[in-house]
Parts: sequence; structure tokens; C-alpha cells
Amino acid sequence: MTRRTQSPGLALITAIVAIFMLTPMVLSTTAALVNNYSQGLASGLTLRWLEQVITVYGQTVVWSIAIAVTCVVGNILIGVPAAYALARNPSRWAKTFEEVLTLPVAVPGLATGLALILAYGTLRDFRQSYSFILVGHMIFTLPFLVRTVTAAFQRPDLVAMDEAAKTLGANFRQRFLGILVPAVLPAIAAGSLMVFTLSIGEFNLTWMLHTPLTRTLPVGLADSYASMRLEVGSAYTLVFFIVVLPMLWLLQWCTHLLEKKYAN
Amino acid sequence: MKSSHRLLLLPVAIFFMAFWLLPVSRLLILPAEQDWRLYFVFLTEARYAWSLINTLGLSIGVTLVTLILGAAVGLYLGRQQFPGRQLLLSILTLPLSFPGVIIGFFMILLAGRQGLVTDITQALGLGRFSFAYGLAGLFLAYLYFSLPRAIAAYAAAAQSMDKSVEEAARSLGARRCHIIRDVWMVQLEPTTSACAAIIFATSMGAFGTAFTLSSQFEVLPITIYSEFTNFANFTLAASLSITLGLFTWFALFLTRRKETVAGVDSQ
Repeated sequence: MTRRTQSPGLALITAIVAIFMLTPMVLSTTAALVNNYSQGLASGLTLRWLEQVITVYGQTVVWSIAIAVTCVVGNILIGVPAAYALARNPSRWAKTFEEVLTLPVAVPGLATGLALILAYGTLRDFRQSYSFILVGHMIFTLPFLVRTVTAAFQRPDLVAMDEAAKTLGANFRQRFLGILVPAVLPAIAAGSLMVFTLSIGEFNLTWMLHTPLTRTLPVGLADSYASMRLEVGSAYTLVFFIVVLPMLWLLQWCTHLLEKKYAN
Repeated sequence: MKSSHRLLLLPVAIFFMAFWLLPVSRLLILPAEQDWRLYFVFLTEARYAWSLINTLGLSIGVTLVTLILGAAVGLYLGRQQFPGRQLLLSILTLPLSFPGVIIGFFMILLAGRQGLVTDITQALGLGRFSFAYGLAGLFLAYLYFSLPRAIAAYAAAAQSMDKSVEEAARSLGARRCHIIRDVWMVQLEPTTSACAAIIFATSMGAFGTAFTLSSQFEVLPITIYSEFTNFANFTLAASLSITLGLFTWFALFLTRRKETVAGVDSQ
């Protein structure tokens, strides 16, 4: 291996950027666990802010997880069959279909939110239920799942396996559930985790769609930042991290698995 | 397309039609129902024009600085080997999953009324200097949520960079600035254009961050939101969202076309 040239300039920028990115995370975590933020660690550690968050905002955490899970399941049910059809049809028409599906990501969530309110705002029961937020989240996250799974279905070895099973007389249902879906399971898992983290963290769209009775974790966060003390806002932020971090690690692990699978 | 395949696409097509295409089409024609000139309020009314110019300026500035810093950090982390490199990289890309409101809150912790920088400047005898709620705070917050994307993309690109070209240039006596310009920048060009479009579009449409900071510097998403909630002016909010949507969609569309030519994926 050749000798690495030292890059003191790049190292310095990396250090500064790392400090800039890490400081707020450390500040926030500390603020969540101390008695008084302005006195710092000297005021002693406590879990009471976390307890307060659970009492006041516990519901938002439960609903956010419920929405994210339903969003994943719903998108798998409609998205995986669509991904298969898109993968087997390299036509211009299918390409356009996929392009159109990604439009909700290209357009700000605010615009999609306004459009949904304009079209369905008068249906009171729908408007005031969590399904209104769920529908928005599904529309916004669907392309991430479809694109990931479509790419997996397109792998040549899978196409060959599909053909072989077909010649052996397996019908579509058998092939789809018995061969194809198990083969793309890591891609479905990666796509699902992506959908989950996007849904849990979605704010721009959700803020438009929520009502005082239908609030998600990020909506509650915005509320706590505006109306509660710094310690409570920080504790709530810590709760978000606790929910989302394991998902992110799982996602990284899945992507790693996928890369290894593709490499062979 | 086979009819069985069409059947598989049907659920997605119906769902998408009902909850995106139809609502958005209604949003698109809403201003026309009143007065087609409403589509151009971003040109004709100074308040909205300024809001758009603010947003464009901020987003372009953030994109440029993010690309420079993100490339530097990504190249460093992608090419150097040191213990904890992978950990640092994964921590730096964490904020990708944070909602904008959290990043707004981070700025408040950093430079708000009780912020760290504010305390430091006071200790240094410079007075309580809090910049979180102005342009500087907004800029740094946007930088915060853009950097992880750029760092991740450049680190991945740096790992797959062809080192032999650089070795050749160096052995031929090329200076460092020439290597950066003629080797690195050329090889990283697809990453740069894909990143630029995504960061620009995300910054244009970002709402949560500015909302949390209730910034004195007005950006278009905030203008749209206040037209909708404070003035109940749905038509105007629709018109401005169309303008905003066209900007973000077009930025992404341009690079997607380039990508299809170059065969690179943005994700």
C-alpha cells in the first residue's frame, strides 16, 4: 500500500464539523438528564424530566410508533407487488409510473399537506382521525420502499430462478410468495426500516395534517419546544432518539447485509 | 405490459390517485378558480417576492457551503484509516433521520437565550450574544441538516474513487490544487450534482426548523403556513406552494436526467 499523504487541512475541517454536529447532541442529552440546565451537571442527575415527558406526551410516542408500523405494513402490501410489476417491465410507461410515484418526495410536504386538506378536509371523521396522517405518511414514504424492492427484483439471478420455477410448473402465487419475496427479504427489510424512520420523524407534512387530538411525536416536540422548559424539550428529544436509533442501526446492518449479498 | 402485472400495480395506482394526484390537481387549479393572476403573486407582491428571494438565497448559500464542507469531511473520512472512523461517520450521518424541529431546537441550545455560545460570549465579557433566531441561526441549522447527506455521499464516493489517476498525477509532479481541481472534482462530479439538487430542494421546502426558531428571517414555507393559518387564505397558500414545489421539483428533475445519462443513483 502506498503511503497516505497527510491532509492537515481536511483533518481540521473534519474536526470542526464534528464538533459542530456533536455539541448539540451532547448538550441536548445532558439537558435531558440534569436537574437544572443553567447550572449544568452540578445540579445533579435526574429522570424526572423523562417521567414528565412520558406523562404529558406518552400518547404521541405510542401513536407515532403505531402510525409508522401501519405505514410499513400498508406500503409492503401495496408496494411489493407493484415493485415486482415495475421490475419485470422495463418499458417507458413503467419508468414514468415510478417517476410519478416519487413526486411526493420532490414536492415540499407543506404542499402535499395543503392538497390533502383541500380535498378531504370537509370529511370530518377522516380529517380528525389518525388515518389522515397515516395516508400522508404512506404517500410520502411509498417511493422509498418501491425503489429499494424494485432494484432487488431486477437482479438477474432472481429473474433466472423465477423462470426456472415457471418451467417446473409453479403458478404465480407459489413463485411470488415461495421464491421471489423470500429472496428480496433483505431489501424489503431495508425499505421498511427506511419507511419507519421517515414516518417517525416526519414533521412538515404532519404539522399540516394534525389536529389537537391527533398528535405525533414530532408534533409534540414542536409543542414542547415552544411551551415547556429546555429540560423537558431535551428529555422529549432523548425519547425520540431512543425510539429511532435502534431502527437506524438495524437499517445499517440490513444495508450491509444487502451489499454482501450483492457482492457474491 | 401483461394484464397480471397491471393488476399488481392497481392498488398503488388507486391509492396514489386518490391521495396525491387528485388532491394536488385540485390544489393546482385552485388559484385559477379565483383569478389566474394569483399564480404570479410571487412576482407581483413585494412581500412574497422577498420571501422567495430570501429562501432562494439561503438555500443556494447553504448548498454551496455544505458541498465544500461535506466534500472535505467525506473525502477525509472516506480515504483515511484511523480507529473510530466508522463510528464517527455513522454519528455524523445520524441527523439524516432527525425532524427539522429537533435541529431548530439544537440551534436554540447552541446559541439561543440560554445557549452555550451565549454563555461563552458572556464569560468572555462580550455580552450575551445569541444569534439563533436570526439569519445566522437559520443558516447554521440548515447547514446542520444538510451536512450529513453530503458527508455520507462524498464518503461513499471517495471510497470508490480511482486512486491510480491521483497517483499518476502526483508522480508527474502535479500540485495539490491541480489534483483537487483536475482529479478529485472531476471524479466526484456526479456526487456533487446529485447532492446539490437534494440539498437545495430540502432547504427550499424545510419548514420545521424555521418554525421552531420562529425566525425573524422569513422563508417561503413559513409565509405559506401563515397565509394558511393566520389569514385563512387557502388560495394564496396554494399559489405559493405551487411556486415552491416547481422550484424543488425542477432542481431534482435536472439532476435525475443527468443521473440517467451517467447511470448513478442519488440514494
